[in-house]
Amino acid sequence: MIVAKRKPFEEIKGLIKGYNKVLNVGCGTCVAVCLAGGEKEVAVLNAELDMARKLEESPIEVGALTVERQCDREYLEPLDAIVNDYEAILSMACGAGIQFVAERFPQTPVFPAVDTTFIGVNQGVGWYEERCRSCSSCVLGMTGGICPVTMCAKGLYNGPCGGTNKGNCEISKDQPCAWYLIYERLEKQGRLDSIMAFTPASKWENQVPRTVIQPGYEKSKADATP
Amino acid sequence: MKSGSNLEAILEAGHFAFTGELGPPRGTNGEEVKKKASYLKGMVDSVNITDNQTSVVRMSSWAACIILIQEGLEPNFQMVCRDRNRLAMQSDILGAYTHGVRNMLCLSGDHQKFGDHPDAMGVFDIDSMQLINMVKQMRDEGKFLGGADIEDPPKIFIGAASNPFAEPYEWRVHRLAKKINAGTDFIQTQCVYNMDRFREFMKRVVDMGLHEKCYILAGVTPMKSLGMARYIASQVPGMDVPDSLIDRLKGAGKGKVAEEGIKFALEQIEEFKEMEGVAGVHLMAIEWEHRVPEIAERAGVLPRPKP
Repeated sequence: MIVAKRKPFEEIKGLIKGYNKVLNVGCGTCVAVCLAGGEKEVAVLNAELDMARKLEESPIEVGALTVERQCDREYLEPLDAIVNDYEAILSMACGAGIQFVAERFPQTPVFPAVDTTFIGVNQGVGWYEERCRSCSSCVLGMTGGICPVTMCAKGLYNGPCGGTNKGNCEISKDQPCAWYLIYERLEKQGRLDSIMAFTPASKWENQVPRTVIQPGYEKSKADATP
Repeated sequence: MKSGSNLEAILEAGHFAFTGELGPPRGTNGEEVKKKASYLKGMVDSVNITDNQTSVVRMSSWAACIILIQEGLEPNFQMVCRDRNRLAMQSDILGAYTHGVRNMLCLSGDHQKFGDHPDAMGVFDIDSMQLINMVKQMRDEGKFLGGADIEDPPKIFIGAASNPFAEPYEWRVHRLAKKINAGTDFIQTQCVYNMDRFREFMKRVVDMGLHEKCYILAGVTPMKSLGMARYIASQVPGMDVPDSLIDRLKGAGKGKVAEEGIKFALEQIEEFKEMEGVAGVHLMAIEWEHRVPEIAERAGVLPRPKP
């Protein structure tokens, strides 16, 4: 899932300073699962904003609406009827959702209430770890299911570097060396050959905004393009 | 000869190579480079010029390389993957070669988190293995990484590092083989302190015949003080300083630790001269360039051969 963390309260408050009627839109998918921007987090943030603005003698009316997914047009429809009741929107979705809301309502200022952080896994309640940088050319088949682009601090394709420190990365004693783990796993699987071969320079497809059209769906883009 | 560098000629002639190292200043004082170079002149076959070592900004490696050439020394241009993408790397290689640089050492580079700009974006567009291969392609095929032809391609003697002391140990010799296949002509190892592990590593290197495919220079850094030994032992990732060496330095007594450190380095050099597969020594006398003439003299590596 996409993992986000709420922005510091003072920053959020600063973003919507001067607006007296704001709609806070939560997202019911990734950011809800990672406890950053679902229905509950919307309610908590709104209560904090309400209280803080009262104390500042500049009361604010904050509406709440959590949709299933802000990155999907059909779920944004319910916003159409109410958006004009507000001066601005706060979005607690990931950066994709925030942009999709802003794109739908170009006349309305839209502000982020979270910092989108990574694509990661759920290690425990409230505990998430990054696992994927969405590089567009997955090498997990070669590396025993451990991503060197994400998990190696230098993103090495032919690692490990000389900084491996008792099995850990040179950046921290708490960060395992990805290539050490890759070696151990492939050795157990009898697949060390997989990393003996030279891996050439990456094509870095993530240097431009990417579009994916699944095979058979070319028409849907053609129809939507004016 | 692939590059025509002095270092390549020395190694090809079968001489025991002796290389040094110089860190550029954290400013614009070229005299500082000249002063350090003056201690190394005639003492070593080539001088590694570090590239923002430990991720701290310094005068660029290629610029300091040019000063060395002007002073009559042969530089070994170190290049890390942390600070430049493939375009910048290739243009720096062209520029450095044009000014007379003939040796390169291709490295990953320390993580930027350690240095004076910990918030910097680490580039790592290509890794050290890919850098080695890119320099080889530029030299042997006369083509840029992107495939276009190079007018008058740079003829570089390609160096790389190897650290026999970082886990997974069993993998390090395979990584060395991979670097050789990628195009490495010579290796300079991480500083050796654990001789047992190094002997073991070299045995595997020789068993695999890797020493016949590339020249291996053993890294030596004399311990200047007990504090330095303890710091390297505990704080520098990928370094292996046995307790026995710390005890030996401790036992030397006040005021005699540096001499004991040099003695240990000299013993190492003597052993490397005889060790199968070792083609030379890379002396990294960090901020101790002025002691290099004495160390070279006592190591019996002077005068340096003229190829």
